[in-house]
Parts: sequence; structure tokens; C-alpha cells
Amino acid sequence: MAVAEEAGHARRSSPRADRKPFRLFHNLMPKIALIPMIATALVVFLGGTLWTVVYSFTSSGLLPRRNWVGLDQYERLWSSAKWIVSIQNLALYGIFSLVFTLVIGFTLAALLDRKIRFEDTFRTIFLYPFALSFIVTGLVWQWILNPDFGVQGVVRSMGWESFTFNPLNDPDIVMFGLLIAGLWQGTGLIMCIMLAGLRGIDEDIWKASRVDGIPTWKTYVRIIIPMMRPVFVTAVVLIASGIIKLYDLVVAQTSGGPGISSEVPAKYVMQTMFGGQNLGQGFAASTMMLLSVVIILVPWAYLEFGRRKRG
Amino acid sequence: MNEMTKVDAGHSVEIRHLDLQFGAVEVLKDLNLDIHEGEFLVLLGSSGCGKSTLLNCIAGLLEVTAGQIIIKGKNVTWAEPSERGIGMVFQSYALYPQMTVKGNLSFGLKNARVPKAEIEKRVARAAEILQIEPLLDRKPGALSGGQRQRVAIGRALVRDVDVFLFDEPLSNLDAKLRAELRVELKRLHNQLENTMIYVTHDQVEAMTLADRIAIMRGGKIMQLGSPDEIYNRPQNRYVADFIGSPSMNFIDGRLEGGVFTSGELRLPMEGYEYAAPQVSDGPATIGIRPEHVVTGELAASAPVQTEVLVELVEPMGSDTLVYTELAGERFRIRMDGQAVVHAGDRLPIGLVPAKASMFDKSSEVRL
Amino acid sequence: MANPATLASTFAAKQPVHDRLDDGPHGPRPKRSFSRANIFLYGTLALVSIYYLLPLYVMLVTSVKGMPEIRMGNVFAPPMEVTFEPWVKAWAEACTGVNCDGLSRGFWNSVRILIPSVLLSITIALISGYALSKWKFKGSETFFTILIIGAFIPYQVMLYPIVIMLRDTGGFLTDIWQATCGVFTSAEGSCRGRIQLFGSLSGLVIVHSIFGMPILVLLFRNYFASIPDELFKAARVDGAGFWGILFRIMLPMSMPILVVAMILQVTGIWNDFLFGVVYTRAEQYPMTVQLNNIVNSVQGVKEYNVNMAATLLTGLVPLTIYFFSGKLFVRGIAAGAVKG
Ligand SMILES: Nc1ncnc2c1ncn2[C@@H]1O[C@H](COP(=O)(O)OP(=O)(O)OP(=O)(O)O)[C@@H](O)[C@H]1O
Ligand SMILES: [Mg+2]
Repeated sequence: MAVAEEAGHARRSSPRADRKPFRLFHNLMPKIALIPMIATALVVFLGGTLWTVVYSFTSSGLLPRRNWVGLDQYERLWSSAKWIVSIQNLALYGIFSLVFTLVIGFTLAALLDRKIRFEDTFRTIFLYPFALSFIVTGLVWQWILNPDFGVQGVVRSMGWESFTFNPLNDPDIVMFGLLIAGLWQGTGLIMCIMLAGLRGIDEDIWKASRVDGIPTWKTYVRIIIPMMRPVFVTAVVLIASGIIKLYDLVVAQTSGGPGISSEVPAKYVMQTMFGGQNLGQGFAASTMMLLSVVIILVPWAYLEFGRRKRG
Repeated sequence: MNEMTKVDAGHSVEIRHLDLQFGAVEVLKDLNLDIHEGEFLVLLGSSGCGKSTLLNCIAGLLEVTAGQIIIKGKNVTWAEPSERGIGMVFQSYALYPQMTVKGNLSFGLKNARVPKAEIEKRVARAAEILQIEPLLDRKPGALSGGQRQRVAIGRALVRDVDVFLFDEPLSNLDAKLRAELRVELKRLHNQLENTMIYVTHDQVEAMTLADRIAIMRGGKIMQLGSPDEIYNRPQNRYVADFIGSPSMNFIDGRLEGGVFTSGELRLPMEGYEYAAPQVSDGPATIGIRPEHVVTGELAASAPVQTEVLVELVEPMGSDTLVYTELAGERFRIRMDGQAVVHAGDRLPIGLVPAKASMFDKSSEVRL
Repeated sequence: MANPATLASTFAAKQPVHDRLDDGPHGPRPKRSFSRANIFLYGTLALVSIYYLLPLYVMLVTSVKGMPEIRMGNVFAPPMEVTFEPWVKAWAEACTGVNCDGLSRGFWNSVRILIPSVLLSITIALISGYALSKWKFKGSETFFTILIIGAFIPYQVMLYPIVIMLRDTGGFLTDIWQATCGVFTSAEGSCRGRIQLFGSLSGLVIVHSIFGMPILVLLFRNYFASIPDELFKAARVDGAGFWGILFRIMLPMSMPILVVAMILQVTGIWNDFLFGVVYTRAEQYPMTVQLNNIVNSVQGVKEYNVNMAATLLTGLVPLTIYFFSGKLFVRGIAAGAVKG
């Protein structure tokens, strides 16, 4: 009996001896092949982000230095008029951009979904601006909104002499000048995503609502939009992460002017970091940008993946 | 073709104390299995019991957590799939879509740097065996399901492997083609005399093809034996229930002094072969296959006779399924296709204890 | 955070955009072809189309007018006299700072940036996506999750650390080169050359590859994940290894996704402004940066026609791709939408 157990034990443990000693080197090739990706994820994305956050607590000027100043940079940041204006501008642009992009995107998608002719043509027209850069977008709208030759000039030349529409030179409405251009560039994408969402809805829903005699608009509001919740969530995340990166458009269309009335955070970071020899400020400002992304994304991720895990 | 005839009936594949975990989930638990040279072994079990996982371990496509896999006396636990002398055929055929049939057949040989002339020869021979010569220049997309599976088998064939692994190779085919290819596989096995390990959850396939069947459940082998043993002498209640369609009738009761009783029913177990020489009295379950219930004139000559009330009749053409109740349990009886029975009839039946299976009530092991 | 598989599948859910768009409309059918509702529908769409088409039209007409005509008229008026002078000037003569050789310099810079960036980023992403979907190992999913989260970090956060990384890597490579180059050549002075990554095209190529990685890896990973595992297993049984399976089995099946990735990267890199400004020097500025410098330069008289010709020229490459690739572009941007 004891012998048998002994033998069984020996057998059981012998596989251990067959194990290759270094499992790390097993299937080495995929690991080597992933080095660039792993380095990007760990060194650039994770490491770079941490580095910036850490150095935002220093007084780095022209070069990064490790002389700690606590929250000084943040205090200076929040007492800078330019930064406050930037934040306000971004908030204004962000809210309007979010609402209008969603409304226009969904409306266009719903219109295109109504079994119309030339759907492909309309879709091509609405989406082509997305292929263009923000620089091109900004420059062409700068020209269209030109006070002398653009919209204002045209209306005036038609006889309405007192007509004023000069957003790019009016600090009060300059953000709307940017908004017109931003919406032009970005709504097509959201329309496409919404259209795909509409196409993903079972056609029987429409038949059922027709049988029940529910008016079209009510079907959209009460049935279709609630069903498209995930599509809207995706769209909001896309729009929001685009808004925070708003930079090129401002540079091209207004250069932050008139004065500082169309400054945005990303531009503030670029100026302090590469123009103002004030790295610490730039790091602090970009850390604030990161923080706002976290504030937007964490609830989304929680809702999205928390729900999935529970479900 | 066959240098490797059954000179020694040694073991072709030995699996020792195999454990496999996906993260925290234990899929295979201390699994042991010896497969003889030239044997056709079928792994049978319900979905998710770990059949494919075991096959993938043998093929080297999954890394085992612990244990050994020995093929032809060589420990291949950590060897690459291509070094194990195995060929594998998959449910979805898994043909390389952008290569012709010929390209598919020769891909493995090219990887092994077999000389061109030899490749030609082997491909031609495999194509002949499988009767796919006219298809050699077609792409898989232009083949029917049956032809695709033939090519997939050919891919293993050309590599002259010791062991063929099949993972439900016929389950994507329609019933008629499946029956056809089943026969062909049997013929192929007789011709090649390779070891074949075949995963399926189709009992008919298992019964018709296998030299031995391993019934799996929850990563363990419940019984390993010939189709006859599995069918007639199931080692536990799970196997008894799993094999046979419609499945076995079970009646709970007590075994006392060689007599099984359950309510009114009394079955003296004369002629029953007990698994152990000594059987103690106690709670037991008896299992009687629907097709082992004697009806008609023969019922009178059976060792035990009783009468049941017919509740429902399902005529199925070749035979008729009769639903009744016996000792308070649902009781199915398989009768001849010509049998005339109606719901509400009282049906005299005969039971043959020698053909029944008896299990311990709590451990569910055969008594 | 969330496990990457679900994270990825959220995005993957957007990938069928193109396929679903082909589905045909689901909404209610307008009743009669000339009903009021129908006129309203097409009227709205036509009106909106004007808003979208207007800038293209304005760019086009302005770029073929002479300056006197522009000063007299308005931006919407069709040209009375068509001239291609502004195009020539934009391409070959427009000034940025002291250089007056037009946008052509920026164009060729962009081409020089574009080709290696597209090739490098797609190659890395293809291999990574393949390894992540078919050769998973412990921890590989974690790295992937970090990469995907990285896609949401504002670029400004990582700009400066990358400057340092490029500079230091360049210096490090220079040291290695100067230490070992004597082995290869004995010519005097041939080992003086420095390897510069920051402020050079090669640095920008690396940056584009880095920032293109999340979306491209996601794209390829999901694509390869959709290729049945059994095919991969069959190839392994047939003795093919990591590269063998990639080149012989997977790559021939990847043409559609390669085209999508290509469209995504070509438009993305061509349209980039931020990285071009930060990581290159003035002579190497890509076209977008040079365009902005030409149009927004404060010196000299504004030549609107030249500006619009330059703007249109810059937009021509992505527009061409857009109009020719059609539905593939939609699929590409739907996949690339996460880039934000
Ligand atoms: N990669 C994996 N990760 C985690 N669990 C897995 C994985 N692959 C399989 N499993 C689990 O292992 C168990 C066994 O799976 P396996 O594929 O071997 O079943 P099977 O017996 O072949 O079933 P079927 O008849 O459906 O093919 C299942 O419960 C399955 O969920
Ligand atoms: Mg299986």
C-alpha cells in the first residue's frame, strides 16, 4: 500500500521536472514582436503621463528641473486670466458643440434613413469635411467669415447696410465663429455613426409602431432614441474627447484672437511649453486637461463596463 | 504506407495526470488515458465537458498546467504541435482560403522542408485515397462541405502522422453526408490502421466508429470501454443516462437480499452480474433501457411481469415510443413500429433484470 | 480598469458601420413622392447640403479669381475671369518667413513624412494586433488595455516627455554609432555624423507611429480575432510558426483591413498639424504647418486667392482619397473615430 502511494507520488511530481525551466522564453517570438507596442504603452503613454504630472509640481522653466514647488504652478495657472478665458471658451464651445453635433448628426441621419433617393450623394456631401484637416477648415471659414468680402460683406452689398456678422473680430461671439467651422467638419462623422445606429434597429419596430398608429416623431423620441442609447454614449465620448483636443482649428482660424478671446487650454499649454519657456506651467495646464478627460471618461467607463459586468 | 503495423500493441498516446486551467477555471482534472496503437478512440460527452480542450492538449495547441503527454513513447508535453507526429481535422474544416486544395495539402510538408518530388507523390496518394484528385486546383471556396472535409482529412494524411485527431469533423455536414463520411472514415481507419482520437457528441458516431469510447464529464473520464461495455454495463448513472436514445428509465428503490423493491414493484435480480462480489443492502436505483422492456406475447415469458397504463404514444416510423408510469416514475418503452397501442390502454410488459443496470443511490456507481 | 476584450468590443461594435450603412434605410417611407412632407424633406437636405458644400465652392472660386476681382466682389460670386496664376503662386512662390519657394516644399516634406510613417505604423500595428489576438500570453491584454486608454490622453500631456525621449534616444544612438562605426569604416571623419531624432523627419515618423498605434492595433487585433482560431491551429499543426502563419495565412486574408488602415493613416498623418509643429524644424514643416504659416503670416499684402489655392492644394490629397475610397473611408473613420 505504502509502495503504491509512493509510486503514485513520484509519478505525480515527475511532470514538474519536464517543465521548461524558463517559461518566459517559451514562444519568444510574439513577445519580441510586441516590444514596440509594450514600450509605447508603458514608456510613452504611462511613463510620459506620469512624468508630466510629476514635473507639474516643479518650477521648470526653459528646461525640466526637479526643484519642487508644490502646487505653485497650479495656483499661478488658476490666477492667469488667459487660462480662465481658455477654460470658459472651451466650456462654451464644448456645450454648444456637443448639443449641436448630436442634434444635427441625429437629424441628418434620421432624414437619410427615410428611404430617400440619392442617399449616397447626401452622405458623401455631409461627410467630406471630415477628410479635411482643422487647418484647412479654419482657413476656409476664416475667409468665408471675412467681414469685408465674406458673409457680412455680401449681405451689406445686397442693400442691408447695417447688417453685422463679424464673429472673428468680435470677442463676444468669436467662439461661435469657431463653432460654425467645427460643426461643419465634425457633424458628418456623428451622422454616420447615428445612421449606423438607426440601421441596427430592427425594422419590425417601425412596422409595430405603424400598426399601433404612433406618429413618426413620437416613435423617434419615445422608442428609437432610447434604443440608441449606446450609440449616443459612443458619440458623446467621441465629441468630448475631440473638444478637449481643440487646438489646430483655433490656430488656423483666429490664432486665439481677437486679443485672447478665443484662447483654449491646448493652445495655452503649447504656448507656455514651447513659446513661453515656462515648462512647469505647461505641465500643470496639461495635467488639468488630463484631469478633465478622466472626469469625463471614468463615469462613462464605469457605466459602460460596470453594467456589462453586472449584466 | 504502413510500416507501423500493430507489431506491438503498445500505447500510442499516454496521458498522465493531466491538469489544465483557464485562469481559475479547472477544465481538465488529473486526467489519465492510455490509447492503444491503431485504436479508434472516441471522446464523447456533453457540450463544455472539455473534449476539445483535451484534444488541443494532445495536439500541443494548449499548454497544460501539469501532467504529461506521451506519444509513441516520447514525452511531448512541451513539444511544438508539428513535432508530435499528429494531424488534426477541425469541425469548421479550417482550410486556408487563399490556397488551392493542392496548396492546402502541401503546406505542412513545405514547412517541414520535404523535397518537392516527395510532396507531389504524397499529395497524389492522399488525393487518390480520398478521391479528391479532380479538385486539386480549386480553392476551398469552390468546394462542397463534404469535399472540404475530405481535403481537411487529406491535410493530415499527407503528413504521414502517427495519430489523427478529429474535433467533431462531421457536425457541420447534413445528416446524409454525415452518414456517408462516417462510413468512409471507418474504411480509412481500416486501411491506414493509424491511431485515431475522435471527438463528438453524436452517440451514433461514437457507437459505430469507436474501438473504445471515453465518456467525459466536467473534465474527467467517467468511463472508458468498448461501445458494448458502455451501452450494456455503464459504470455509473451518468454514463447510463447519457448513452442511449431515448435514455434509460431510472427507478429509485431499495436492494435487499438480491431483490430490488420500489413501491409495488419487486424485481428479483436473478442473472444480474454484480460489479462487486459482495453487495450490501441499501438504497439503489435501477436503470432499464426502453428497448429492453419486453412487450407483446413475449412479455409473458419474461422473468418479471407487470402492467402499465399508456399515457402517450409517439409513433416514429421504425419504432414506437410509449410513455407510461412505473413505480411512480416516468417510464418509457420502445416498441415495434407496427405495434398498435393507444393512450389509455393497459399494457402488459415484461422486465429482464439481467439486462438492467443497478446503481448505488448516493454514489451513483454501478452495483 | 475594464478588461480589454470588452473595451475593444465596444469599439469593434462601431466597425460594422460601413456594413450596416449598406443595409438600406429602415425609417418610415415617405408617402407620396410629391407630398408636402417629401418636399420638406428634400428641401431640408438640399439646404443643409449648401452649408456643407459652400466652403469647397468658395475655395475653388476664390482660387481662380484675380485679386482686383476679389476686392470688388464677394466670396460667393463666380469668377468673371478664370486665372490659374494663384495656384502657380501658391505652389511655387508663396513665402513663409524667408523662404519663398511656395507650398511645394511642404508638400514634399509631407510626402517624405507620410510614406515611412504609414509603412512603419501599419507594420508595427499589424504585427502587434496579430500577436495580441492569436499569441496571447500572460499580461498581453494588460499592455493592450494601457495602450487603448492611452488613446484618450490629450496629446499635450505626452508632448514634452516625447521630446526628451527622442533627444536622449538620438544621443544614445549617436554614442553607439560613434563607438562602433570605426569597425566598419576607416575613412577619416566619417564617424562624426550625429543621429538626430528630435527635430528631424525620422523623429516625426516615430511620433506618428506611436500615436497611430492604439487605433491601428485595435483595428488589426479585432480583425485577426475574427479569423477563426481553428485556421490558426491548423497552421500550427502544419508546422508554421509565428512569422509563417502571419505571412502565409493571415496576411493574404488581410487586404481589406490593410486598405482601411492605409486610408486612416494617410488622411490622419497628412492632416496632422500639432506633431509637425512640435517635432520638426522650419525647413521640414509638413504641408499643413506651412499652409498655416503662409495664410496667417502678418507680413505683406493678403493675397486671398493664393491663400485659397494653397488651402485647396493641401486638402486635395485627403479629398482625393475620400472621393475614391468611398465606403472604405467610412469604415476607416468609424474605426478611427476613437482617435477623437
Ligand atoms: N480559452 C478559454 N478560456 C476559458 N475557458 C475556456 C476556454 N476554452 C474553453 N473553455 C472552457 O472550458 C470548458 C471545456 O471547453 P471545450 O471546448 O473543451 O468543450 P467541448 O467538450 O469541446 O464542448 P463542445 O462539445 O461544445 O465543443 C468549457 O466550459 C469552456 O467554457
Ligand atoms: Mg469542442
